[in-house]
Amino acid sequence: MVKIVEQPEGYEGQGFFATSLDKVIGMARANSLWPLPFATSCCGIEFMATMGANYDLARFGSERLSFTPRQADLLMVMGTISKKMGPILKQVYDQMAEPKWVISVGACACSGGIFDTYSVLQGIDRVIPVDVYVPGCPPRPEQIIEGVLKIQELAKNESLRRRNSDEYKRMLESYNIETR
Amino acid sequence: MNPSAISFEDFSQDWGSAPWLIDMHVDAYGMINMNIDATQVIQAVEDLRAYEKAPIQFLTDLCAVHYPERSGKELEVVYHLHCLTQNLRLRVKAALPESQARIPSLCSVFAGANWMERETFDFYGIQFEGHPDLRRILNMDEMDYHPLLKQYALEDETRDDKDDRFFGR
Repeated sequence: MVKIVEQPEGYEGQGFFATSLDKVIGMARANSLWPLPFATSCCGIEFMATMGANYDLARFGSERLSFTPRQADLLMVMGTISKKMGPILKQVYDQMAEPKWVISVGACACSGGIFDTYSVLQGIDRVIPVDVYVPGCPPRPEQIIEGVLKIQELAKNESLRRRNSDEYKRMLESYNIETR
Repeated sequence: MNPSAISFEDFSQDWGSAPWLIDMHVDAYGMINMNIDATQVIQAVEDLRAYEKAPIQFLTDLCAVHYPERSGKELEVVYHLHCLTQNLRLRVKAALPESQARIPSLCSVFAGANWMERETFDFYGIQFEGHPDLRRILNMDEMDYHPLLKQYALEDETRDDKDDRFFGR
């Protein structure tokens, strides 16, 4: 049986359907997220399983991985990020077009994990803003899917004006990310 | 480790009186260890390379150790050398004082020493004199210290989610 996305709330009559633009766009965005995998270690292996036939992230509208940040909606950071890698990760985030979301997969990306050491970034949220954290070392594919579903919830319920708000700009400025 | 055709007795007879040698011994695993004068390291390696019985042509590894308690010899550069034809391996050590952490570069003898010396400089701050391009290789360029010197903490000091009571700090 093919399950398709439920239509948003609205007014329906013969030959017409009316709802708010926010809801339609949110629905479209949430169900066609293009992830950019930034996989540096074992969490990346779990991600491969997540994309594979058994778990199949494609079921949730994310089968199209984008290996260029410019066409990606969702940055998936999976694995240890060293301090030397930090500026590169930030550049990748910077090259993504709005609206963009970030999911931090695994203990290392979330907090540095076991690598409490001088060379490792103690959580990617020190260089870029993160929307969803997936704990685990490494997390199972089910957890990664859960994280993507949380991102979908965020995308679905986000106001179309959020990315233009002063609050959002201040948040980016706090990371020294240029706002356009 | 397969035994070498060259015994320690033969080797020490041939090299026991080398001018750059301080002392040598064989360890429990049959590996020959030599302590040498740091200022004459190029001469030592070139001599060993010209050793007729077992020409030592290969630099397996180059690294350093920090012994903060050894006054005047706090740093030690360790060269692992290998004779491929006779399967003879040597561990050659040169001690340096921390205040004068400089030693001649081996790049003129082994091109492969280039990156190993950069790594050793990166982690220990040892100056390899005559190195063509001595800059950091593994750590981020902005780092302002040499992290494997023992006075620096291994942990990242900016980490704030660890409760000292649970982590023994």
